[in-house]
Amino acid sequence: MLDAPQLKLRHTAARREVCFLLDGEIVRVENCPPTMTVLEYLREVAHRTGTKEGCAEGDCGACTVVIGERAPNGSGVNYRAVNSCIRFLPTIDGQELVTVESLSGPDGTLHPVQQAMVDHHGSQCGFCTPGFVMSLFALYLRDATPSRDRVVEALSGNLCRCTGYRPIIEAGVQMGSYPQPRRWSRASAATADSRTLLEAIHRTESLHLPGFYAPLTIDEVARALETDPSSVVLAGGTDIGLWVTKQLRDLPPMVYIGSVSELKTIRHEPDGLRVGAAVPLAEAWEALVRLYPRLGEMAQRFGSPPVRNSGTLCGNIANGSPIGDSIPVLIALAAQVELRCGAATRYLPLERLYLGYQRKALASAEFIVSVRIPLPSAGLWFSAYKVSKRFDQDISAIAAAFAVRIECGQVAEIRLAFGGMAEVAARAPAAERALLGGPWNEAAIDAAAARLADDFTPMTDMRASSAYRLRVAGNLLRRCYLEYSEPREPARVADVVAAEGRE
Amino acid sequence: MNWRHESAHLHVSGRALYADDVSLAAKALHGAFGLSTIAHGRIRALDTAAVLAAPGVVAVATAGDIPGENNYGSILHDDPIFAPGVVQYAGAPLFAVAATSYAAARKAASRARVEYEPLPAILDIRAALAAQSMVVPTERLERGRPQEVLARSPFRLRGTVEMGGQDHFYLEGQIAIAMPQEDGGMLLISSTQHPAEVQQVVARALAKHANQIVVQCRRMGGGFGGKETQPALIAAAAAVLAHKAGRPVKLRLDRDTDMLMTGKRHDFLADYEVGFDATGRILGLTVVLASRCGYSADLSGPVNDRAMLHIDNTYFLENVSIISYRCRTNTVSNTAFRGFGGPQGMVVIEQIIDAIARTLDLDPLEVRQRNFYGARSRNITHYGQIVADNIIRKLVARLAKSSLYYERRAQIAQWNKQHRIIKRGIALTPVKFGIAFTATMWNRAGALVHVYTDGTVLLNHGGTEMGQGLYTKVAQIVAHELGVPLAAVRVSAADTAKVPNTSASAASSSTDLNGKAAQAAAQAIRARLARVAAETCGVDISTVTFRDGRVFAGQKCFTFAEVVQLANAARISLSSTGYYRTPKIGWDRKSWQGRPFLYFAYGAAVSEVAVDVLTGETQLLQVDILHDAGTSLNPAIDLGQIEGGYLQGVGWLTSEELWWNSAGELRTHAPSTYKIPTARDWPRRFRVELLEGQPNREDTIYRSKAVGEPPLMLSISALLAIGDAVASCGRSGRPVNLTAPATPEAVLRAVEALAADAASCVEPQRMAEADM
Repeated sequence: MLDAPQLKLRHTAARREVCFLLDGEIVRVENCPPTMTVLEYLREVAHRTGTKEGCAEGDCGACTVVIGERAPNGSGVNYRAVNSCIRFLPTIDGQELVTVESLSGPDGTLHPVQQAMVDHHGSQCGFCTPGFVMSLFALYLRDATPSRDRVVEALSGNLCRCTGYRPIIEAGVQMGSYPQPRRWSRASAATADSRTLLEAIHRTESLHLPGFYAPLTIDEVARALETDPSSVVLAGGTDIGLWVTKQLRDLPPMVYIGSVSELKTIRHEPDGLRVGAAVPLAEAWEALVRLYPRLGEMAQRFGSPPVRNSGTLCGNIANGSPIGDSIPVLIALAAQVELRCGAATRYLPLERLYLGYQRKALASAEFIVSVRIPLPSAGLWFSAYKVSKRFDQDISAIAAAFAVRIECGQVAEIRLAFGGMAEVAARAPAAERALLGGPWNEAAIDAAAARLADDFTPMTDMRASSAYRLRVAGNLLRRCYLEYSEPREPARVADVVAAEGRE
Repeated sequence: MNWRHESAHLHVSGRALYADDVSLAAKALHGAFGLSTIAHGRIRALDTAAVLAAPGVVAVATAGDIPGENNYGSILHDDPIFAPGVVQYAGAPLFAVAATSYAAARKAASRARVEYEPLPAILDIRAALAAQSMVVPTERLERGRPQEVLARSPFRLRGTVEMGGQDHFYLEGQIAIAMPQEDGGMLLISSTQHPAEVQQVVARALAKHANQIVVQCRRMGGGFGGKETQPALIAAAAAVLAHKAGRPVKLRLDRDTDMLMTGKRHDFLADYEVGFDATGRILGLTVVLASRCGYSADLSGPVNDRAMLHIDNTYFLENVSIISYRCRTNTVSNTAFRGFGGPQGMVVIEQIIDAIARTLDLDPLEVRQRNFYGARSRNITHYGQIVADNIIRKLVARLAKSSLYYERRAQIAQWNKQHRIIKRGIALTPVKFGIAFTATMWNRAGALVHVYTDGTVLLNHGGTEMGQGLYTKVAQIVAHELGVPLAAVRVSAADTAKVPNTSASAASSSTDLNGKAAQAAAQAIRARLARVAAETCGVDISTVTFRDGRVFAGQKCFTFAEVVQLANAARISLSSTGYYRTPKIGWDRKSWQGRPFLYFAYGAAVSEVAVDVLTGETQLLQVDILHDAGTSLNPAIDLGQIEGGYLQGVGWLTSEELWWNSAGELRTHAPSTYKIPTARDWPRRFRVELLEGQPNREDTIYRSKAVGEPPLMLSISALLAIGDAVASCGRSGRPVNLTAPATPEAVLRAVEALAADAASCVEPQRMAEADM
């Protein structure tokens, strides 16, 4: 158990127990340890053992549950799949928790998702099955008759070692052909009775547990961090969760920003997109792809739906991993971060946030409020690439994002950003210099690729060797040029698959 | 019949109970292991005082706390439960701790202070070969005059085939619960493919008798061979802790500990020299196989034996020499994994055939067909077993046709001419897999069937359910024999107190063995019931029939339950055991001659891939499979084994890379770093079919064939399809050197080697002039 943070709060009204909805009942958890995961709660406290632990790092999906949240607009509830193994229970305060046990009727009648899995022989050992059922269930509520591609996308965070997936994909495609269930139909999600109950437990004050503080405003966040600068800012927890489940660390007091509505919004401003610090990756990527459609593949391959539903874009930035795929993308887009410290706000180009491995240009008690992404400028060619051993949910060996503006055949502006090439995601100044002001052609690309060795001395690790990284970094530049100059020529394996999908 | 899995409704609703889901007494404790952090060294000091002092800790057990034998090795007794003074790999268990919660136990375990005196470590196959470091003696198998024939072959090729290992990545990690019983007994719930071995190991570790130890397993969340020998370690450690604490102990490994501590598929190296003629027919072959076994023997002997026995795959090797080195390294001790050495042997020969075809610029399929075993001649394996049931020629011809192999090959060649970045490739590879434990004594099974007076049936047998559908199939068999609906048969947990001395659920044989044993038990009961019905109706016993839950005797029709009640009233036993031993098999391991296998299971697959030659990324585009399951007991379950086995093999050969650093630490020990296939990896275009109308020639259960392991090897087609795409980057006549797993980096390496080679433009190597 963690020590209580010594926060001197201006207002004293605070909730001191975690409240959430489960199977139509309001559950109140008193004395909730701040780092107790949703999975731990389910299995060890509630003895609901249907939800499984496969990896405790959000990478296998056996622990998938569905979280329901009051839709900000309208009267319904938004349901989305998350990994319960790395999600701290206090972060679902005020929300609805749906587990595999919730789906069947009281008489044991299976939900269409479950029945489709049975009928298509979608389970063998059955251990991953509850997680697949919940990922499909989350999809069912949004789209009961999804395309094969949507099913595959929805399942990209769930691992099965037995089936080869074919029967599970078919169950997903067919789940809409079953009669609507009495519980958990699509309609019930839009007009859920749950909404009423969620209103009842909706929190209008902060949540305050020993070691865990969930305020409602940015000012409160700023004050809390000033009061105890050793605190850690918690958003989706898809990284911090692992500090507990994998590294067995005792955490400093946490300031959870997921209840701060100002931080949960995306704003379209005249000079760009402003993504708040608590905006989940799923929404952030969607907005980014709308601006920059060529980010589609990167968005799809970033984490998995449950990770993107929990984790935040600014969390990825704050984490500052050398290979966090969003960082090279945002650097190439010349994004800025909005930083807040006490009452002061400042803006910093994202590329200047990173000083070295796990070192950031953040003052004590300073935190990220938003990231601002400029709108596409005329003539800007932008593309992003990810190379990893597996297409879905893998950490890149190399990530790259290139923004080039060509004017009259000359490179007028260029930003080449790479992840996985150095201790931080970074631009390639020598390669950029080789191209800037010169012609945009194959010879120039080759010359720039050769300069990457001046920019980077990548490491060898389990993801790739140094030589491979350097070689492929240059080849990605070639791929970028090819996509620019020969748009009809397939230049990624995904192009071939996509083309076949359209056939 | 396509009966659904007996637990499907439980799986999908979260109501299927795995070991970790069983409710425990409030006083139950949770265990965790402390692991070695170095690959090889003497333990100077192991100080667990801080562990014991940690919050919630009740007991700590080290090697000295084991009352009996500190070993869980099954063949050689060389696997310590807790390292007794020397650690032999990074991840070796040093001690275990029991605490009041899982988190408390894990945190406490990290508090131990260990001082090592490092010793030199041998970390890979080449280093072990150089040091002649072996876990079991080197084996040699030779037929004909390979050296002599090689010397005068018109064409010769030398090469090396390399393939990595594979983590099982069962979704349910290793787990055991040990519960002390009265009078020194111990009850264990273990996630194990081999309850009888867990029982033996725990008995020896606790210095107790086998009759004091009971091991149960209702189901596993996946096994794949990883729960054949490894669970004995977990169970033994749990039992030692429970014994010391006098309280139940649940020992569940977190994913990282599981992957660091437990054995995997063996990685292999093969250096070969092959002589062949201008048509691609192999004349002589010498192969040196070497595998990384890790620090102890475990099952490495039989795994490597099976690699030797499958290096022929479907090909007649008239003159062949195989040397098999079983290398001892300071890494985790490798173990059984679906295919058990067979896949590694087959990858070697398939890569050799591919190299021959590339050298001669022939379609690899043509070279494969040219080397197939014959029907009446060229039909004896290098170990002297006649291939009596050979259907590969017909099966492959049918698949080549149904998959449009030749047409697609031509289209792909066209595509590759037109596109410079994305290349395509296609390959058809066959499978012939020998069915039986090569250790003949294990080819046996027992079953226990009870019929209750309400007409319901309780089935127990020595097999374990890990998702493969064994319990469904055996229940189908018993229902069929007794003429009752499947719903009347309830399957129960494997239990050493019900059916003793069983063999592991392994070697694809569980249905063959347990199905026959259960059939025998059901038939014994049916015979008794038939006699009762015949006597009651005054008809001849041979006229009594059982079907649809009814018993027909003369003009009379009883419900099954009525006949059961008549028998019960007549004081006839309604319970029977059944026992089965596989007939006809037997071989001499010393001379490598005889019949290790009852029969062969066949199959073939065509895979098509796209390869990005800038990055080496690949994508599977299509798979066509035709597989032989004899007369399938349950086509839906068999298709599940085929598709699942195929994709698991694709993972092994493409994305799943085990990576150790130079200190011998495994750095890929969780799904974040170790990448098994996801749903997207199942190709959009597929056709998977069972070969129809081919009952097993041998008298197996309803003439079915084993289907657990063979399909894994269908995945070799995916590796060679990548190789085919890579080949299009070079000049014709050049073999592709593609190592497995074909990660983007491995593929790019192969592409660039070939491109460099094409640039240097060397004449094809011709060892000798053809004189034909």
